[in-house]
Amino acid sequence: MNPLIPLAVMALLVAGIVALFILASVFLGPGKRHPVKDTPFECGIPSEGFAGGRMHIGYYIMAMLFVVFDVELAFLFPWAAALRGLGWFGFVAMFLFIAVIGAGFAYAWKMGALEWE
Amino acid sequence: MLFDVTAVLAKTLLVLGAVLGLTSLLTWMERKQSAVMQDRLGANRASILGVRAFGLVHIFSDALKMFFKEDYVPPGGDRILHTAAPCIALFFALMSFAVIPFGDTLTLAGRDIPLQVLPLNAGILFVFAMTSLGIYGTFLAGISSNNKYAFLGGLRASSQMISYEITMGATLIGLLMIFGTLDLQEINRAQGDLLWGWLPKWGVVLQPFGFLLFLIAGMAETKRVPFDLPEGESEIVGYFVEYSSMKFGAFFMTDFIETILIAALIATLFFGGWQVPFLQSDGFHLPGGAHLALGHLAVVLLQAAALGLKVFFFCWLLLLIRWTLPRFRYDQLMRFGWKFLLPASILNIFVTAFVLLLLR
Repeated sequence: MNPLIPLAVMALLVAGIVALFILASVFLGPGKRHPVKDTPFECGIPSEGFAGGRMHIGYYIMAMLFVVFDVELAFLFPWAAALRGLGWFGFVAMFLFIAVIGAGFAYAWKMGALEWE
Repeated sequence: MLFDVTAVLAKTLLVLGAVLGLTSLLTWMERKQSAVMQDRLGANRASILGVRAFGLVHIFSDALKMFFKEDYVPPGGDRILHTAAPCIALFFALMSFAVIPFGDTLTLAGRDIPLQVLPLNAGILFVFAMTSLGIYGTFLAGISSNNKYAFLGGLRASSQMISYEITMGATLIGLLMIFGTLDLQEINRAQGDLLWGWLPKWGVVLQPFGFLLFLIAGMAETKRVPFDLPEGESEIVGYFVEYSSMKFGAFFMTDFIETILIAALIATLFFGGWQVPFLQSDGFHLPGGAHLALGHLAVVLLQAAALGLKVFFFCWLLLLIRWTLPRFRYDQLMRFGWKFLLPASILNIFVTAFVLLLLR
């Protein structure tokens, strides 16, 4: 059987459940607006400025490191499944690949990209 | 064709029913477990006609309460994204269960039904794809709320989740190398073999270090204590600060569903999944040579029950850990993930590959 059929059945059922949950609460709950209620939650102090303009530079670095390592991981999965067939050649090839990425990781570590103080 | 589609529908309903049922049970278990551990009586007030059933009625009262609360979208927030975020989180959390096998094959009226909703030869990749997409829910909730705390919480949460996702994948490589496949059903079948004639060849026996790393990374991925910084009840810098009613409930449920997912993955990959030790398709074969014959249906039911029991046990274990440990600080969390877990899992990969090739 085409694997898309079970996937479609699962997706439709799950989407139905999710829609039911969210829509039910939209229609069942009360809707009373009030100027004070309509301000962002901020410990009772009047809120100032724009929410979400600046952020710590560390988050950008984290995201970039994530992309590098996630791509590495994408190569590791098929390699792992096929290692027995690849033998020592596959082992050395992957070792070199990880060593290159590892050098970059060591550089990022040394430059303080992983520090959060 | 009709038979196949009916079978798929029945399997999907069974899996979703089991997951959602266990989710609602976990909301009660979590409260009761914390009560027991903190020497309290715990959730025991709700009652239907005087029947309290150890507080189990709270499951229904909580759900009803969620549905009848006001659905609030903060002004200045993005109404569409704000609604989409909990839907995305819940949808992808539930979708992951499509590839978890809950039995071998059921033969019914001369036809074979694989007991897995979506038989996929790259099942483990499907799980990772779904958990990665689930991060969008967290992040969108943070940026669509027009709230500084929600924004910070969303950043923190997504940063933590992507960091630990790498580790979660890397810890499994060793196991995938040993079994030589990405198919969860194949991995599960291979764990039915015996080592030295008596020890079940479960993932935890072959990869004990990998199991520990996966457990830790999995806990971080589900954002549970000691990795619950995104919620941090006592600090309230969470991505769902501006959520109410069942939209909040969706995030709440996602947490529990992810806990079940991690428990199911641990059971499937490291503890034999639906395998019962010494149980083969025609009954028990004990190491001493004793044989206990069982019917096909009995074996299938026993195996499904075994998976359920294992998943339940690991859910309970995760709750136990949650109520035992204090919370990490954010810099500790990141240092632990990047400077210890990631190098350790890479080391695990090479040691496993080396030993595997030596023994070849």
